[in-house]
Amino acid sequence: MPAMIELEDIHRLFRVGEETVHALDGIDLRIDTGEYVSVMGPSGSGKSTLLNLLGLLDRPSSGRYRLAGEDVTAMNEAQRADARNRLIGFVFQSFHLIPRLTAFENVELPMILAGIDPARRHEQVQQALHSLGLADRARHKPDQLSGGQRQRVAIARAIVNRPRLLLADEPTGNLDQKSGHEVIETLEALNRQGITLIVVTHDPALGERARRALTLVDGRIEADIRRPANGPATSGA
Amino acid sequence: MRAADIVVFSWRSLAGYRGRSLMVLLAMSIGVASVLLLTALGEGARRFVLGEFQSLGTHMLVVLPGRSETAGGALGNALGVIPRALTLDDARALRRDPSIASVAPLNVGEVQVQWRGRGRSVGLMGSSRELIDIRGWRMAAGRFLPAVDWDRSPPVCVIGHRIRNELFGRHAAIGQWLRLGPQRCRIIGVLAAQGKTIDVNLDEQVIVPVALAQSLLNVPSLFRIIIAVRSQAQMEHARRFILDTLKRRHHGEEDVTVITQDAVLETFDNILSALTYGISGIAAISLIVAGVLVMNVMLVVVTQRRSEIGLLKALGASRRGILALILGEAALLSLLGAALGLAVGLSGSALIRSQYPDLQASPPLWALFASVGVALATGLLFSLLPARRAARLDPVDALQRGRG
Ligand SMILES: Nc1ncnc2c1ncn2[C@@H]1O[C@H](COP(=O)(O)OP(=O)(O)OP(=O)(O)O)[C@@H](O)[C@H]1O
Ligand SMILES: [Mg+2]
Repeated sequence: MPAMIELEDIHRLFRVGEETVHALDGIDLRIDTGEYVSVMGPSGSGKSTLLNLLGLLDRPSSGRYRLAGEDVTAMNEAQRADARNRLIGFVFQSFHLIPRLTAFENVELPMILAGIDPARRHEQVQQALHSLGLADRARHKPDQLSGGQRQRVAIARAIVNRPRLLLADEPTGNLDQKSGHEVIETLEALNRQGITLIVVTHDPALGERARRALTLVDGRIEADIRRPANGPATSGA
Repeated sequence: MRAADIVVFSWRSLAGYRGRSLMVLLAMSIGVASVLLLTALGEGARRFVLGEFQSLGTHMLVVLPGRSETAGGALGNALGVIPRALTLDDARALRRDPSIASVAPLNVGEVQVQWRGRGRSVGLMGSSRELIDIRGWRMAAGRFLPAVDWDRSPPVCVIGHRIRNELFGRHAAIGQWLRLGPQRCRIIGVLAAQGKTIDVNLDEQVIVPVALAQSLLNVPSLFRIIIAVRSQAQMEHARRFILDTLKRRHHGEEDVTVITQDAVLETFDNILSALTYGISGIAAISLIVAGVLVMNVMLVVVTQRRSEIGLLKALGASRRGILALILGEAALLSLLGAALGLAVGLSGSALIRSQYPDLQASPPLWALFASVGVALATGLLFSLLPARRAARLDPVDALQRGRG
């Protein structure tokens, strides 16, 4: 499998007043296309920082990052925005839907930003909503939807541009158990269709569903556990 | 991003924050409407004044003693050359060219009038029969001065409408003997009410034969000579003839000024245009105030919609994309405000026209373009700062802190 993500000695420092926080402290990581990876670790260990970096929302203080073979550390702002639009889908804990827009319009946003013509947009948005079981909710505003439905609208938005990498930061954090379970199954189904999936979670039960589980502690990768499709877990790295 | 999508997205944002959008819309439209209304009034006033001037009489020339300053009069004055006075003979000499239709001498001054104990001070004009034809005045009753030799001074007078009302009330004025200073004159005509014309308030004038006025005012010379030229095409020829004739009569000294109506008209036109520009400039200040309001609103938009901007960035909007969205929203807001202002301004000036038909108050075309242009420009200019602020937002920070 070709590499989707290659990180080499990634550091991310934050200056807070006089102090420097080492949020990521020398991360080396390779994630292949189609993998399903969970990221766990205590609060403040750098999980969100890592995910933001992978999603090109943030830039490392040092180190190299290759995404789908492209060196993104050398890209300018516009190129990174374009790469986000083409390659990456985000799912956030708090959904981040625009309240004045309908489900359809929220899902349409990435395609609008890509400058795609309305006819193709319409078709792809319908398709995305349909595949997430939201076909009959297209005209609803976010406040007319349940939490689980909102998160599924957000997932539809994340995949509508057919990205290759799906990043989810505690996607079930604001959901009850049942809808959380549905959302995770939805994400896993997308992964089975070939999308590379990285999920940050606090929930060990969720973390263990992934075929590869990363544990971060103090900005370092403490454990990287791989499990064959149906076999026992094996330890690596 | 496609332009149509920017418009739709902006429209949805404006509709989503209705109260705020309406406030800016209102400010913008008040600015545009006030520019339009004020220029309409200025333009109306200009047309009114020009119209009045044109009604002064056609193809008129006015001769006055002395050179105008622009022609070296200052030097002449400094050397102590006192301009030769205009005389009745000068005026007579001017009748001898075929380009000249008629000539009227003119003297003005003040005189005390009295009838049966009622008296007041009024303007006195000395002239001749020709004057009424040149100026196109209308009579309310009786007739104008008789066509007699200018040297003769029959004791008759024509009075203005207002004097008639004040002195005679319900009595008939025609045929009455009016005391003019030491002299008694029979009233032979009353001028129709003229309202305020540009040069003189005719309603408060007494007009007598020129020789009588000269003796009443105790002046041997004329104040002006008023001349009607036969056609517009002959104006320049007539002017040349007048200057040459008077120069010859004044021993080679060119010591008179001939004013054409056009020159006066042009001066007034310039003054009133400048006035209109000035007023509309002041009105444009309200547009700038509206621009500041747009800036404030867009700043609030950027702060309140932090997480939305963060989200758009996460979904692939570049800095330029965000800039385009915020500026698009400001442009749409300004254009809607300008459109509303156009509607209000145009219907407002239509209302003024229907209420005051004398005042052709319609905003000139340049004012339409200028007000909409300035509205759009200030809207965009003042949202540049908020838009840049939005474009520079750090997406991670915006997504986290602006949660809601
Ligand atoms: N913008 C920032 N400025 C300063 N420090 C930051 C910033 N973002 C993160 N940090 C610090 O970096 C470290 C890692 O933060 P991060 O948000 O990645 O943790 P996390 O693993 O996601 O925690 P949680 O499980 O609570 O979400 C923390 O110590 C945090 O305080
Ligand atoms: Mg986190």
